[in-house]
Amino acid sequence: MTDKTAGGDVRLAGISKHYGSFTAVHPLDLTIPQGSFFALLGASGCGKTTTLRMIAGLEEPSTGTVSLGDSEVTHLPPYKRPVNTVFQSYALFPHLNIYENVAFGLRRRGIKSVKKQVDDMLELVELGQFAQRKPHQLSGGQQQRVAVARALINHPQVLLLDEPLGALDLKLRRQMQLELKRIQTEVGITFVHVTHDQEEAMTMADTVAVMNGGRVEQLGAPAELYENPKTTFVANFLGTSNLIEAEVLEAGGSDVTVSSAGATLRLPAARCSTTPKAGGKLLVGVRPEKMSLVHADEEDTVAAGRNKVRGTIAASSFIGVSTQYVIDSPVCPELEVYVQNIERDARLAPGAEVVLHWNPEHTFGLDAAQDIDAGIETVEEGA
Amino acid sequence: MRWLRRNLVVIFGLGTLAYMILPNVVVTVFSFNNPAGRFNYAWQEFSLDAWKDPCGVADLCGSLSLSLQIAVWATIGATVLGTAIAFALVRYRFRARGAVNSLIFLPMAMPEIVMAASLLALFLNMGIQLGFWTILIAHVMFCLSFVVAAVKARVLSMDPRLEEAARDLYAGPVQTFARVTLPIAAPGIAAGALLSFALSFDDFIITNFNSGNTVTFPMFVWGSAQRGTPVQINVIGTAMFVIAVLVVLVGQTVGNRRKNAQPK
Repeated sequence: MTDKTAGGDVRLAGISKHYGSFTAVHPLDLTIPQGSFFALLGASGCGKTTTLRMIAGLEEPSTGTVSLGDSEVTHLPPYKRPVNTVFQSYALFPHLNIYENVAFGLRRRGIKSVKKQVDDMLELVELGQFAQRKPHQLSGGQQQRVAVARALINHPQVLLLDEPLGALDLKLRRQMQLELKRIQTEVGITFVHVTHDQEEAMTMADTVAVMNGGRVEQLGAPAELYENPKTTFVANFLGTSNLIEAEVLEAGGSDVTVSSAGATLRLPAARCSTTPKAGGKLLVGVRPEKMSLVHADEEDTVAAGRNKVRGTIAASSFIGVSTQYVIDSPVCPELEVYVQNIERDARLAPGAEVVLHWNPEHTFGLDAAQDIDAGIETVEEGA
Repeated sequence: MRWLRRNLVVIFGLGTLAYMILPNVVVTVFSFNNPAGRFNYAWQEFSLDAWKDPCGVADLCGSLSLSLQIAVWATIGATVLGTAIAFALVRYRFRARGAVNSLIFLPMAMPEIVMAASLLALFLNMGIQLGFWTILIAHVMFCLSFVVAAVKARVLSMDPRLEEAARDLYAGPVQTFARVTLPIAAPGIAAGALLSFALSFDDFIITNFNSGNTVTFPMFVWGSAQRGTPVQINVIGTAMFVIAVLVVLVGQTVGNRRKNAQPK
């Protein structure tokens, strides 16, 4: 199955794309290791699809080069590249049945005996009995699998997926995420996956590149991106972050001490994406699930050494496994806290005075010169 | 009253159907007539004479064959040119694209009689001998806009990603066109071609102006109507009607079978 995967990495060197005066992709360097599941994550219009199309050859870069392994393919037309694409909304050929759709790539390369390969491939995506149907007779999830089979049968060095799950409903999407991950592990081909769904990117990919405004904001393993965002955009786009504007009291040691609206907070210097200077500003971030919540009467029970802020519950919503609270606090008007529903304290209702506390190790620091809300609206749009 | 209200749609439907079919029924019935005089306008008695000898009237089958030839060539010419124009208009941005877009529909909007007279003036001024070729040129011209309209609609509704997918799957430009673009545009092209054939075959006004001494089937019918209408005209008309209905039925059957071809 993996006879042609010894192709090597995908390397983008300084590629950019302009349309007239509009720059869709700023000069970009990216290396996608062979055999990895790589996600390009970003809101619509961030340049992720354009980047993908430049790898496919459907778009010619304005500058820079695209290499697959040792060979440069920048100016090769798409039909000469060992790369295949799963298109958004699948683009199955409506006049051909499923069998012929899957066989298309093999036939165009002049391969005569396609039957065994096509049958095997349809078996892999569990669509064997649908071979004679037309695409429009299949459900969305089935069409999606045909699109994957049609691309994979060519044993491409790289499989490109352009929002392949965008048209599916939530439940089916979850199922297909696991399915795609299984297929990728099975065939060992490099997958480059474009998506605006941060959860999808984190579930499936080994490495995620977060794109914004035609640039890669940050690149790394999902857990790394989530725990250590380097910009406010990444902090807000991947999950939810509470960002508190604070003034640096003390820096230089292994811990940084900051103050915000009377509360003194500590965080590890190693988790700051910028070098904090005493007297300067810093954005202090903490994820909602890292915080704990106690009623103000029980402030004494909070262990020493934890970061503490006071506030009032503005809203709470019960969602089964957890309860999500919005806390109005002097340090930030809308702090979000997720509390596991293990033992529910009936006093924690809107209006109650509370104390939030968390381990200083779970705090990260960001450069205060950025837009604190970057990436927030785009998440809502994408959801 | 209630019965009427419930069945009003059906009654209207049947009424409309009768309105459309009745003329064809009359043509068919009178093809079995044995008229008393030269005119086939009054029912006399049942006869199969005309059906046994459809070419029994002088020049009838000659004109019919000429009309068929012109229709076939006009269809081919208009379909090839019209398809190319439609693709150009949808796919490429060129100077005067807007102008071409509206000019192409001019023959549809222009009164046919005006176009006929103008064409005659053009041919005479250029010193072209009127006949088969002038008829053909005229027919290709007015069929063209219908082909462009039909194909353009189809190409416009086509997902450009399908061609990208073909290129992505190792089909070069020629293969992409032959294997994906053309088959998907085919229904539009076929519709344009059928329309062209029908329009060309029974065109009278433009043909009459630009034919010189050549006589097509519609002109033959017109000419003979002055002196008497042979039953054979009804025979040809009925035969054409039956063939057209058969073509439609076969097309629908094939389409349905293809749609229902789902192995269980």
